[in-house]
Amino acid sequence: MNRRNMLCERCGKKVASVHVTKIINGNKTELYLCDTCAREKGENISFEGKFPLHQFFSGLMSFFPSGDADAMAPSSYSGLQCPECGLTYAQFGQIGRLGCDQCYEAFGENLVPLLRRLHGNQRHMGKIPARAGSFVKAKREIERLREKLQRKVDEEAFEEAAELRDKIRKLEGEISSGGEDHG
Amino acid sequence: MDKKERHKNKSNPPESEQIVQEEQTGSQVPEKRRAGIASKWMEGSGPEADIVISSRVRLARNVRKLPFPPLASDGQREKVHQLIERIVQNRDEKNSKLNLRMLNISALAPISRQVLVEKHLISPLLAKESRFSAIVLRDDEVISIMVNEEDHFRIQCLMPGLQLEKAWQEASYYDDFLESQVDYAFHEEKGYLTACPTNVGTGLRASIMLHLPALSITRQINRILSAVNQVGLAVRGLYGEGTEAVGNLLQISNQITLGQSENEIWQNLYGVTKQLISQEKNAREHLLNEGREKLADRAGRAFGILKHARMIDSNEAMQLLSDVRLGVDLGLIESIPLKKLNELLVLTRPGCLQYLTGKTLNAYERDLERAAQIQRELRGD
Repeated sequence: MNRRNMLCERCGKKVASVHVTKIINGNKTELYLCDTCAREKGENISFEGKFPLHQFFSGLMSFFPSGDADAMAPSSYSGLQCPECGLTYAQFGQIGRLGCDQCYEAFGENLVPLLRRLHGNQRHMGKIPARAGSFVKAKREIERLREKLQRKVDEEAFEEAAELRDKIRKLEGEISSGGEDHG
Repeated sequence: MDKKERHKNKSNPPESEQIVQEEQTGSQVPEKRRAGIASKWMEGSGPEADIVISSRVRLARNVRKLPFPPLASDGQREKVHQLIERIVQNRDEKNSKLNLRMLNISALAPISRQVLVEKHLISPLLAKESRFSAIVLRDDEVISIMVNEEDHFRIQCLMPGLQLEKAWQEASYYDDFLESQVDYAFHEEKGYLTACPTNVGTGLRASIMLHLPALSITRQINRILSAVNQVGLAVRGLYGEGTEAVGNLLQISNQITLGQSENEIWQNLYGVTKQLISQEKNAREHLLNEGREKLADRAGRAFGILKHARMIDSNEAMQLLSDVRLGVDLGLIESIPLKKLNELLVLTRPGCLQYLTGKTLNAYERDLERAAQIQRELRGD
């Protein structure tokens, strides 16, 4: 079929560029429309549709509250506010954008269901940046050493424990001085 | 550029004024203007270049402790702008090798902005944003960095053909370079922090632009695309969100950015792309076997119209270019370099037509000019 030359079935003037198939109660209707008529009839066939992202988020947020029934009440969300940029959780629901990096901390647990819904995951598995990453790596090392230290203390191996303590202090020192540089 | 535009530009730094002037001088010479449309990604080179037009990887990155652009004040946006400006203008040995230059969006005429959108170098959102927004470009335009779009930085690598791995590696290289001089917003659990939670984690969006005419002619396309959707990939038209699939061109990209590594993300897209390529090839084979002459006729007619039409709208041009491209791919009509066909996809867009003529054109004038440009390209003068 040569659809290129087919005229719009509504206005009969412009070339039809949109093919609409509707199935209502098993009855199939087909329409060939031009851009203008398709838009006017609301038959805009685009891949994304005209569904705004922020509506999508507010939908998700109300559908997937963090847990108990109290959390369902919008007031307990809107009360949350990022101390850094001042964005409230309710505003985030409206605009679908976070205000700053601190928002991720401020809204913490409330974001988890949303992230899980969007990504099926909530833990980053990708690249770790060299500088910000050295901080992350050092933090993980400290966690590991602390556990080891606790074991040594339990075993009353105080000499080794003291060594571990010094190592931890050194790493902590590096992190906090690095943090100051960055701040 | 009219007087009003000029007035708006007063506050811009002198460097960008210079670039704009260069651009304007350039725009008096038609050959120079034509050369300005071409870009590395349109070259028609790289693996699977007959079906895969381009591969793109973009990384969303933000500066630590500064509000994301949608909520940032002018002062905070300026800080980000200065940060990247200092890096680009720093002429030490390493930086010079990167071949980067920076254009302020506010210093560009509306048509120049539209050309950048049509060349897939900036987003429509950035084109509208004049408050300390900018685009950093490498000479060959393979690397570009949008400044103060939805995130502070969006690093893009756009390559011809199916080259996702290389695109990821290149983007990552420029990412490392930026990170060596900028404190990124990075969270141990959540990864790279972004304004929109759909980008958090890797901040990576990989996408492929494909030409799938045979799947469309054999009416398999919708079935296949819904399968693509089911494996977590998004399908869009040529110009991103909300655009239709004109000229059998589609963009496919990952949606998940958190919880998978960058390699997993691009490899998943690569695998699906390979599948689509083989399905498209099967469909082409089938069409050749079933109706070689019909297909040759279709391509020949399209070629004829493109060579002789006096006016042509954008959708028709895209559809005919698709028919011609299929004919060329299958050796059914005379050979036209893929580079030319790719460039035609872009230079027939409204912004490019107006940039090429140096005039504002209404829809009627654009249809005339589009036909004239296509003729010129296909006659090869």
